[in-house]
Amino acid sequence: MDQIFTTALRFGDNAMVLGQRLTHWISRSPTIELDIAFGNLSLDLIGQANLFYELAGKLEGNGRSADDLAFLRDASEYYNVQLVEQPNGNFADTMMRQLLYVTYADLVFETMKTSPQKDLAAIAEKAQKEMIYHVRQAGEWVVRLGDGTDESHEKCQAALDNMWPWSHELFAYDDVDEAMVEQGVLPSAEHLKTQWLESLGEVFKRAGLIIRDDNWMPGGGRKGLHSEHLSYILEEMQVLPRTHPGAQW
Amino acid sequence: MGKQRPETANQIDRIWQVLDGVMDPEVPVVSVVDLGIVRDVEECKQGFNIIITPTYSGCPATLQIENDIAGALKAAGFGDAEIVTRLSPAWTSDWMSEKGRQALRTFGIAPPQKGSNVSKRALFGQDPLVRCPHCDSMETVQVSEFGSTACKALWKCKSCAEPFDYFKCI
Repeated sequence: MDQIFTTALRFGDNAMVLGQRLTHWISRSPTIELDIAFGNLSLDLIGQANLFYELAGKLEGNGRSADDLAFLRDASEYYNVQLVEQPNGNFADTMMRQLLYVTYADLVFETMKTSPQKDLAAIAEKAQKEMIYHVRQAGEWVVRLGDGTDESHEKCQAALDNMWPWSHELFAYDDVDEAMVEQGVLPSAEHLKTQWLESLGEVFKRAGLIIRDDNWMPGGGRKGLHSEHLSYILEEMQVLPRTHPGAQW
Repeated sequence: MGKQRPETANQIDRIWQVLDGVMDPEVPVVSVVDLGIVRDVEECKQGFNIIITPTYSGCPATLQIENDIAGALKAAGFGDAEIVTRLSPAWTSDWMSEKGRQALRTFGIAPPQKGSNVSKRALFGQDPLVRCPHCDSMETVQVSEFGSTACKALWKCKSCAEPFDYFKCI
């Protein structure tokens, strides 16, 4: 059960942190349609986080609610991949981070939704339907920017270079993940990465982008090690419930 | 459910009638039954369970819908009915009734197309053909896949130049 708890928490944290990051674009987006899109993308992700947290709280059995898990844990108790906490940067950076993550999440949910772990399967089934829209939106923007003007191309390639090192952690499986592979909850890292590269390859080809891997492989987020960025995200997100415990509205 | 007492069956029918009067808070012309949110009404020890399934994980209307359902049932004398959320099978726009689709159209929202789940997986799929709810033209174009609520996309009509919402397939 601990392993399922950890897995639920990790995916909840990925969705929570990325969702929180994306909300920062609202009112700052290049167009009003994107403002609205970012609100929707965040809403999907935070909704998914809520479902994963409810399950984690139930499995843990200590009475922690989804809100408790979101608002009352410090950075070292968050188990998201470091990719999702990376700063929004420019619009290309955000869309690249989005593409790398949601392509991965869609593929993970494809396996998880058929797993014998019924609670995780139900969340994955629901979440994947939403992720398909995210994957397409991110892919279309990366193509539009990569295959756009010289400047947009340059920025999009730089975004890929910036975000790429953080993607390695998605496939750095530990004992918990391997147990999940055994139970049919997660695809094997190898299989996942092959499919992920295939899907991204199609986008990058259209976008005219190339993967430049310099073998720097940061990681550790899934064990609670984070870049300095996560503390700032949590600080802002948690200030109200921490300052006014039990506040309701 | 074959061995239901007639009295129970009547009560369940009555509950469905009450639920059909509970409108979606964002689209107040379509009931929660026509949207396909209410999956089942079951008799249980303490009364009745109303099985509902959310449209989107983060839909902010979900809580409002639960409250509205509970309020309507209480007013109709079913105060002991309990709302149970079920995630699987996941909600699909295919569950929207024909009556619901017609009501959406009249309200100015293009209803979701049926059974187009598979094509959505395509990374660079073609946009669906959507009929303008204002002038019935098929000359329409998608502005953004993300609209005023999680369940809607932004479209505009090239014939009558009106923008409109399209209820997304999911």
